[in-house]
Amino acid sequence: MNLHNIIDQFEKVDPEVYDRLDGRRAALKKFSSFAGKVALAAVPMAMGSMFKKAYGQSVTSILDVLNYALTLEYLEAEYYTMGAAAAGLVPAGDAAGAIATIRDHEVAHVNFLKTAIQGAGGTPVAKPNFDFTAKGAFADVFSNYDTFLAVAQAFEDTGVRAYKGQAAKLISNNDVLTAALNIHSVEARHAAHIRSMRRARGADVKPWITNNDLGGLPPATAPIYAGEENVTQAGVAITSINGLDISTSDASEAFDEPLTEQQVLAIVTPFLA
Amino acid sequence: MEIINGRKRELSEQPLNASSVSRRNFLRFTGMAGASAALIITGCGKTDNGEGEMGNSGVNLGSSDVGILNYAYALEQLEAAFYTQVALTPYSGISAMEQQYLNEIRDHEIAHREFFKNALGTNAIPGLEVDFTSINFSSRDSVLATAKTFEDLGVSAYNGAGKLLTNPDYLLLAGKIVSVEARHAATIRDLISNGTFADNTVIDANGLDKSRSPMEVLQAAATYIKTKINASNLPTD
Repeated sequence: MNLHNIIDQFEKVDPEVYDRLDGRRAALKKFSSFAGKVALAAVPMAMGSMFKKAYGQSVTSILDVLNYALTLEYLEAEYYTMGAAAAGLVPAGDAAGAIATIRDHEVAHVNFLKTAIQGAGGTPVAKPNFDFTAKGAFADVFSNYDTFLAVAQAFEDTGVRAYKGQAAKLISNNDVLTAALNIHSVEARHAAHIRSMRRARGADVKPWITNNDLGGLPPATAPIYAGEENVTQAGVAITSINGLDISTSDASEAFDEPLTEQQVLAIVTPFLA
Repeated sequence: MEIINGRKRELSEQPLNASSVSRRNFLRFTGMAGASAALIITGCGKTDNGEGEMGNSGVNLGSSDVGILNYAYALEQLEAAFYTQVALTPYSGISAMEQQYLNEIRDHEIAHREFFKNALGTNAIPGLEVDFTSINFSSRDSVLATAKTFEDLGVSAYNGAGKLLTNPDYLLLAGKIVSVEARHAATIRDLISNGTFADNTVIDANGLDKSRSPMEVLQAAATYIKTKINASNLPTD
């Protein structure tokens, strides 16, 4: 393998490649030492990580992701804070305890993200004003417990998909990526519990997402579940995989799907005042 | 003994191609050839179902992204084997909802396991031999406590592995799986005690779930895996 040729190829595509890699000499030296340590078969992967460093996400784009996440956490934190405070909405006992737990996590996420953004030299976005009735679509959201849980499910499942959609953008920063993953799985725990709370009240829903089923939510929430019916992962068909009894429902439930920022903003916009 | 028979039956039903390719795979994987191969062969015993069992060096997960995917494959093998046994010998007093959920979780874990096996292809580690002698499958408490351990461990394992991956496509796949594991974890926890889906034994004051390194995870899982696993080539950063 001729390293000079490879670097030359990159130079044709990107004349500034040496600046990104602190010069050709340094790039070659670094790459050679890297290649020396790994098996030849792994060289493309090593190159990928070297160029990831050169072309990795800028601090700006990481801050953009964090501010986007902060906006979603503002939404959730205010929603549960208002819900928990609404007289006669959430039954005392297990239900009130669960909503308080989730509220506290969402408030903690807001504070954590603000601190992280400031720590990276950025400015946290201001909290938007929210309309949790979504312009009247959920008019009784803070007076009807079932509506409150339905909107909670919508927010949690959206949150899980939203974080998942940003993970790849954070791959160049281990600390931020890990923190985002650590929030992501908490949102999934919340989603599972809210869905169980709805099931206990008669909704036809499970802790996991089956195909693109809305779980009894109004048709307007369809974009929240669009794409969840995917049953092919990295080119591997999951249904009946290797001749096993894995149904299409099983295959879709086993993998949650991401949403792009654009898709999430379309879902969330009706909730902005 | 019924449980042990059940486990053996389940393992032999797993459509693992390990028996045919495991040793060749292992040799290719570790980059060993020729004279040194003989050493490995002497280190390999045969289990009763014909799978190659590695010697002291253990099953090598490999390095870089492939190593992390094999690490995930190992954990999914463990979870799938556990829930398969739970479904074969349901604990006494199991409710209809519990049975439904545990069966579905089994199917999710099998889907994960088979996905990794196919995605890894010839780089896949062989089928692992599990050790469930510490679990009382007739006891609800024992089964759910073990399920909780596996699910919380799985969540923390994927959370900790994200930063070790270099390919964004693999990172997304890990993300697609970890949230399902978190849904399982929350569900199992609620079955044990409603409201514990995200209590402060797993979630910290910043509202963050746990991350664990492969070494921490494999150490915790070692009780349940008979096959020795060599994770020494996994990335650590």
